[in-house]
Amino acid sequence: MPLPVAHRSRIRLALATVALTALAACGPAVLPGDRVVNDLDEQSNRAMHDFNVGVDRAVIRPVSLGYGQVVPEPVRTGLGNAADNLDQPLYVVNNILQLRLDDALQNTFRFLVNSTFGLGGLLDPASDMGIYAADTDFGETMHVWGFAEGGYVVLPVLGPSTSRDTVGRLVDVAMNPTRLAFAAPESDYVTGLSVTDGLNTRHELGDEIDRIYYDHADGYRQARILFLQNRRFELRNGSGSDYMDPYDDLYDDPYEDPYAQ
Amino acid sequence: MRSEPALSRRAFLGLTSAVTASLALPCRVWAMSIDAARTAVSRLVAELYDAINSGGSEVRLYSEFEDLLDRYADMPIIARSVLGVDWRRANDAQRRAFTMAFKGYISRKYGSRFRDLVGGRIEVEGARAIRDFFEVTSVAYLQGEAPFQIVWLISDRSGQARVFNLIIEGINLRTTEAEEVGALLDRHRGDIDAMIADLRAAS
Repeated sequence: MPLPVAHRSRIRLALATVALTALAACGPAVLPGDRVVNDLDEQSNRAMHDFNVGVDRAVIRPVSLGYGQVVPEPVRTGLGNAADNLDQPLYVVNNILQLRLDDALQNTFRFLVNSTFGLGGLLDPASDMGIYAADTDFGETMHVWGFAEGGYVVLPVLGPSTSRDTVGRLVDVAMNPTRLAFAAPESDYVTGLSVTDGLNTRHELGDEIDRIYYDHADGYRQARILFLQNRRFELRNGSGSDYMDPYDDLYDDPYEDPYAQ
Repeated sequence: MRSEPALSRRAFLGLTSAVTASLALPCRVWAMSIDAARTAVSRLVAELYDAINSGGSEVRLYSEFEDLLDRYADMPIIARSVLGVDWRRANDAQRRAFTMAFKGYISRKYGSRFRDLVGGRIEVEGARAIRDFFEVTSVAYLQGEAPFQIVWLISDRSGQARVFNLIIEGINLRTTEAEEVGALLDRHRGDIDAMIADLRAAS
């Protein structure tokens, strides 16, 4: 005799919970040390970096500057808020997959507050209440499940990533509840909104990105070390780093006095 | 016959208080240092904000930053650890020149970054001991942005409480600048003098 539908879905839910708990029980992957860079394919990564810098110089930088000049700041902020708000459901899905239920609650609450009192996400009253986005992605979910960082990868236009996070990005696009909730043409508006948000970010971080891309001795190496440090910091999720103490440096002669210069 | 006790009361008291003192001593020193580390960072942050909000010219701000580095940071140790293995093959004159050039570079680069903090505030949150040094955590609050973490690593192994690394959202000064200095060295095929010359011009 077939089980009633409600019963079956409950069993499926129970099985999924057991599977998730088992996965999460393996513990997160071990993060590489501070200066460890796993760049397996540096040549093609450098080529992609140069391509991205070219695209930035020719298209993204000028367009974002124009966008910043033409569109007034409150509108840009509003559109940026709306784009961020539409990311919240995806965060919640990942929070649940990571079994970080407090983050899931925080993001859900934020989404509800900003979607209602924030006029569909244009305003951000949640931040004023001190409830910030606990942003995450499927790359982090995989980290929590024990998948290692993999190699450093430079993606076209999107920039620095790792092989694990590249897979994560694809999964995020595929399972994004916001994207799945809308059919065309609304889904195109959502895509447009996130492109706009990207331009706005490029505009706001303008100086910082200019410095990395154009001011450094080797912009590729600088972008790589900045990305990896910041990404590992996100994945550490607040737990301390294994700091290096220069006072007992491997390369130092213990009898040498740095003050005797 | 009354026998003399093996341990007189005075000796016993003396010994006990010595033991107690020796037990208490590491704790007391440790607690003082943790406070000293915290206080040093709080003072540094206050002076940093005075400099940022003084509204002075860029050049004046950079020289104020350089002055702050002199008083609060351990520049010799930072410079040495940033240069890493190459410090060993540098001669004394190069080491001195590198430390000076690096200090100027850091005050220009981080001076211009800290300028963006105008109107915001940094709050020192907590401090803890890690091995032989201290980690002081602070949070930067900027208008219209999610707060972000700034961590100061501080050690008194130079004789004074001095900052030897700065970590903003996981990005630490030492590692990042070691990469930059390494790239400059690579560009000049390991020529230390040429790297120093570039560093003097870099911002």
